Parts: sequence; structure tokens; C-alpha cells
Amino acid sequence: MSVIYVLLAISIAVALVFFIAFIIAVKKGQYDDSYTHSVRMLFEDEIIKEKSKK
Amino acid sequence: MKHKTCFHCGLDASKSGITFDDKPFCCNGCKTVYEIFSINDLSCYYDLQAAPGATPKEIEGKYDFLNNDAIAEKLFEFKDGDVRIITLYIPHIHCSSCIWILENLNKLLPNVSSSLVNFGEKTVRITYNGNKLSLKSLVDLLCRIGYEPYISLENYESGKKKIDRSIIYKLGLAGFAFGYVMFLSFPEYLQVEGIWLEKYKHVFRWLMFTFSVPVVFYAAQDYFISAYKGLRSKLLNIDVPIALGISVLFIRSTAEITLDIGTGFFDSLTGLVFFLLLGKYFQQKTYAFLSFERDYKSYFPIGITKISTNGEESSIQVYDIEKGDRLLIRNEELIPVDCILMTGRARIDYSFVTGESETVSKKSGDKLFAGGKQLNGVIEVEVLKSVEQSYLTQLWSNDVFKINKENAFTTLTNKISKHFTIAVLLIAAMATSFWLVYDASKALNVFTAVLIIACPCAIALSAPFTLGNLLRILGKKKFYLKNASVIEQLAKINTIIFDKTGTITANKSSKITYEGERLSKEEEELLKNTLRGSNHPLSRALYSMLDEHKIVTLNDYKEHLGKGIEATFNTHKIKVGSATFVGHDTLQASTNTAVHISTNNNYKGKFTFYNDYRKGLSKLFKTLKQDYDLAIISGDNDGEKDNLTKLLPTKTKLLFNQKPDDKLEYIKYHQSEGAKVLMVGDGLNDAGALAQSDVGIAISENVNVFSPACDAILDASKFNHLYNYIKASKSAIKIIKWSFVLSFFYNIIGLYFAVTGQLAPVIAAILMPLSSISIVVFTTIATNLLGRKLT
Repeated sequence: MSVIYVLLAISIAVALVFFIAFIIAVKKGQYDDSYTHSVRMLFEDEIIKEKSKK
Repeated sequence: MKHKTCFHCGLDASKSGITFDDKPFCCNGCKTVYEIFSINDLSCYYDLQAAPGATPKEIEGKYDFLNNDAIAEKLFEFKDGDVRIITLYIPHIHCSSCIWILENLNKLLPNVSSSLVNFGEKTVRITYNGNKLSLKSLVDLLCRIGYEPYISLENYESGKKKIDRSIIYKLGLAGFAFGYVMFLSFPEYLQVEGIWLEKYKHVFRWLMFTFSVPVVFYAAQDYFISAYKGLRSKLLNIDVPIALGISVLFIRSTAEITLDIGTGFFDSLTGLVFFLLLGKYFQQKTYAFLSFERDYKSYFPIGITKISTNGEESSIQVYDIEKGDRLLIRNEELIPVDCILMTGRARIDYSFVTGESETVSKKSGDKLFAGGKQLNGVIEVEVLKSVEQSYLTQLWSNDVFKINKENAFTTLTNKISKHFTIAVLLIAAMATSFWLVYDASKALNVFTAVLIIACPCAIALSAPFTLGNLLRILGKKKFYLKNASVIEQLAKINTIIFDKTGTITANKSSKITYEGERLSKEEEELLKNTLRGSNHPLSRALYSMLDEHKIVTLNDYKEHLGKGIEATFNTHKIKVGSATFVGHDTLQASTNTAVHISTNNNYKGKFTFYNDYRKGLSKLFKTLKQDYDLAIISGDNDGEKDNLTKLLPTKTKLLFNQKPDDKLEYIKYHQSEGAKVLMVGDGLNDAGALAQSDVGIAISENVNVFSPACDAILDASKFNHLYNYIKASKSAIKIIKWSFVLSFFYNIIGLYFAVTGQLAPVIAAILMPLSSISIVVFTTIATNLLGRKLT
């Protein structure tokens, strides 16, 4: 048994893992909104900051 | 006085005199929102963006219908035990502060467990505890902080929307397979000689085959379906040669690997499908926050207050309204059915229905039509007809609303594909017959090679990328198109018909001129103070035009419905209103709206209201006149006729007093004479005309609010750019034609290899992506240059 089969099997397995991850991400709606996340990630925990000032 | 703007909403706050925490506010509403936020440690709202808020509106009782479980049930996305999930559309969402505050809703309402904003769609998805918090109090809170959700009859029907994500799945699958097959093809590209390849090529080939199967049967299925539909209706659309190409590619490749005569074209096959889907995906730009399919349902409320025979008020669904019911219509509420006014003073704004900007006063016993908006306190009505049978809603039973314009239209691509398909089949036939005579063993090879290489991938990509890109560019310029085919149709227009009110006139402002005896200072002061008390739109318009005066308390004030106002201050008496009311009987026939004034029973003069036309109207019409037939068609009376003839180029047709049906018929008549009509309108009264026309554009002062069903929505501020936008669509067609030329060039090269029987898989694998990519690059650059010219 040549090593090429092992390599092929691994490469397909890795590719399939990513492909399935992609399908799950789409199914969960992660591609529905491509804008809001870019804003949300810039928010800090402003409320806590506010409290510590007082 | 220093010019100050409201800390909350950014409006002028210099006159209000309201300050809190050393910050100016334009009204108490804004101040209250600020207080709510600062008490709850949410004042960061103002740090993210200056003056992000909206003034909360008076909503007393407006959302009572949410207490009706049957109605609320329909709105929930999910309900189980305590947990409720609801998605609300909030038009005010416009900045990062909005996202922040709405996602921190649980700081205001502990029973909200999470809230998630979708900025593009302007929706917020709220999960909350339904046993401890009612839907009504949730909505009330949102209103109190200036984020009033928009709940209409449309939400009620659609309920849980299903999102179609199939194109993303297909694209992902095709891309995945394309990459993998390319990877597996490498050994044979490089033509590694020897035993190694001989030994393993079968494994590689059958793996490629395995990856291609889902691409052909799942990712590419739309092309087969569309080609089949096209053939059945005897149309050679672009999908016919594509489907032919894909099937030939797949069959020949499978045959080659089974018979061990070659590697097959699986790399080209998957690449082709991937690029085609990419084009399709790119063209599918939609404006999630805009709706182009609106009918009366998106205007109508879901619930309404019903008064039972013993005087009890209850909320019922609009569809449950029956003939003979008594309804309570509050201020600013829409009348959902045809009815008779029983008690209260009605002033109805029918601008949705007729386009007529002036409100109509009605007294008890008068008939009211569905679609009117009550503007003057609470009224009680008795229902005459149910929702579906009302006058306004019946307009939607017209057949125009059932036609899908996109399907009825032959695109440039499909026109070309007809000739293209025939030409390709001819070439294939000729080459095959030549080889049959010369070297019969190669005939089948050549026949399939021609069909493979001629697969019009580049042609099929030209239009989606050009139009898709222009769609985005125009969207940035506030001209929102429903889909890409609208651009093609827009390029063909030769007649443009405009509605008047709200379309070529600005909605809010009107010009007011005074004729008659000059008013003394005391009289003007008295007039201003009299107008202060009135809610009539004309009074308000006049009030805001007059100079500032000190506020005095009137001794006597009386409003006569449908006639005018009467007031006294010290010894002065003033009457404001219609000509007969102020005692001015020598009425000259003037169709323009006017407010007459008399003091101490002496007639003074009148304020006449003229429409204020949009900026650049005259210039726009002059440029349009060179290339198009123009007409104005209005539901209003002809009071503005003289004004318009002065303003617009001669030969512009002017039609007045046109009902919604008349407008539709007028367009139909022009179309029967071969005209391609562009209708520009704004209200529900234009809905029929917009649907009938080849392209219907709705003008909107605020694109987030109402616009009738149409093909495109144009922001009112960009009205004077209309000509440039039409010109851009024409240039886009030129770009598509040039990219056709470019792709023919690639096809000729490919055909040379195919006809001479030398088409190796590696040539196809290079030529196909190369032609596709160069088309994408060419159209993108060309449309971006075009967009740069459109300032």
C-alpha cells in the first residue's frame, strides 16, 4: 500500500472538515448579515467602564 | 442666541430652552430618553456617535393590539414555555450607537435575555421571558427610547420567513470541488511520464469524477432547469448552450476515463460552474432593508380597536373586522376599511390613496375610505366593507400586479445566445462532417470539443458582472434597483411619465405668498398667536413661515371645522380660513389652496400656497426633453397648470384630475403604441401605473419608510440626477456589448483548437478561466470608471 493513498485520504478528510464547517456556518445564518459584526467587535464593555469612573 | 442642537437627536434646540445635565434638548421627549439612558449607565450611547437618537413619538394606545394573544402569536418567531423570540423591523437603525443600545436592551429590561441587531436589514431579534414581560411593554419601551418598531399587516402574513441560502451552498460546493479537482489534475498537467502516473492515474481520475458529480447534479441544476424551460417555450436562452456544454463536458470526461483514453475535463467543468455561480451570486445584490413588493399590506396596521355594543374597547385583527363593527381610530392611525364616520371630527389625509396633498374634513355621517390617515384626534366609525373589499385594496386585484416583469423581458444576453447557439451548432456540424470524411475516428472528439469550448461562460458572465456592479454603484448614489434587469430596461426607455404631488414637488415645503392689504404689527402678532393653537396642516405651514412674535394668551379662540379659526385678543377680532368664512364673497376662481384673513370683519387678504418644486426640475426636464417624450399626470386639480407650463419645456403633456386607474390606462395606451414607458411616482395611487410601466421608479424622501411596489427607489435628494442614471444604464449596455466582443475573441481561439482536433484538457483548463477572469476584470474596471463619472 503506497503512501499516496494515505496522503489522499488525509487531504480529502481535511478538505471535507472545512467544507462541512462552511455548510454549518451558512446554515446557522452566519453569512446572512455581513455588516453588523464588523461594528459589534469594536464595542468595548462600555457599561463597566462607566461604572468604574463613578 | 447661540445655535444649539439637541444632544439626543441633533435637531435645532435653540428655541426650546430645555437643558438637562448642561446639555441642550429640543423637546421633553428627547430629554426623557437621555434620562432613561443615563440612569441605566447607558450614556455611552452618545459617545459612539453624536446625536444618534430619534424623538420618541406619542404612542398612547397604538400598540394595544399586541395584548391580543392571537395577534402576538403570529409575530413570534419562536415560542416555548417562557421563551419568546421576535424579530422587529426598526427603521431608525442607522449607526453604531443604534446597534449598541439595542444589543444592551437587557440593561433596561432585565427580562430580555439577548438581542441581536442585523444592521443591513434594520431588524433586531429579541429573546425574552414571555411570562414576565409582555410584548406590548417591550414595544412600548422601544418606542420610549425612540426606536419604534414598524409592525404592519405584512409581518402578520409572512410570519416566519424562510431564507434561501441555496446559492451560497452551491457556490461553496462548486468552489470546493473546483479547487480539489485542479489539485488532482496537476500530475497529468505536468505530464509526469512513467510508471508512477500509469499506476495511480485511475485513482486520481475517479476521485475527480466523484467530486464533479455533485457539482453537475446539484450546483448546476438551475442551468438545466432554466434551459429546459427555455426550450419548452421555444426560446434559446443563454442557459441552453451552458447546459449543453456542461452535459457534454461531463459525459465526454466520464467516457474518457472509463475507456482510459484521456484525463477528461473535470477541472474545466467544475471551474465553469464555479465561475457561472459566482456571476449569479454577484448579480443577486438585494437591499435587504428595502422592499420592492409592497402592497397595501405593508401600510396597514395589524390590529385595530373595536368598540363592542356595551362600550367596551378591545383589540382585534384587521382581517376580523366585519361589516357593522364599530371601530375607534386614534390620531395618526390609518383607516383600514371603508366606513362611515359616527362621532368625532375627522380630518383625513388621503395622500396614500389619491396623491392629493391636502387633507379633507369630514363630519358625522360621511363616508371614509380605507387608506386615509386620521389627523385630528379620536373618531368612531362604523364599518361598511371588510378589508379585502375596500376601494383601495381592490386596486390590487388588477392583473398588472400579477405579472412578473423580469420574465416577460428578453435580456440582451438571451438575444445574443439565440444566434450564438445556432452558430455553434452549425460549426460543430460542419467540423464533424469534415472530419467524418477526412478522419472518422476524430469526428466525435471534434464534435464534443466544439460544444465544450464554445460553452458561453464568458458571455454569461458579462451581463451579471456589469449590471451587478452598476447596481452597487447606483445603490451608493441612492438609486436602489430591484434587480439587474431593470438597468437593461431603463436603457430602452423612450417615454417618461411623472406624477406631480410628491414626485416633482417636495413633500414638506410649499411656497406661500400674501396678496392684499398689508397687515399691521398687531394684526400679524394676533394671526401668529391664533395659528399657534391650530393643528391644521395649512395653519402649521403658515405659522412656521411668519416672523417670531411674543406669545400672548388669546381672550377667545374657536375652531370651526372645515371653515377656519376665529379669535379675539383685547379689542381685535380675527378670522382665518376659507373665503366664505371670513366674509369675502366676491370669490375669484382660483384653484390654488389659499387661507383668507379678516380682522374686525374687514377683509384683509389671502395667503396662497404654491407647490414647491424639487431643485433642478426645470433643468432636468430640459435635458430629458432632448431624448424622451415627457408627460405629467396628476391626481390633483389643475391649479398649478400655469406655473408648470412656465417651468417645463413646451410640449410636455400635462394631465390633471387623474384617478389611479386612469394613470394605469394612460400608460397602457402609450405602450400599445410601442412606447417604452418609465413611470416616476411616489404614492399608493401610482402603484398601478408603476406596475404597468416598463420601469417604475418610486421617489422617496426617506427610503426606509413607505414606497409602493416598484422596480427602483430613488432618494428624493438625487431626483435631479435621474438623467445621469438613465445615461449610465445605457453605457452599461455598451460595456456588455464590448465584453461580448472580447469573449467571442476567446471563443474563436478555442474553436480553432477544437475544430482542428487538438483540444487538450490543459488548453481548456487555461482558456476557460482566463476568458472568464478577463471578462470580470474588464467589466469591473469599465463600470467603476462609469461610476466615477456619476457624481
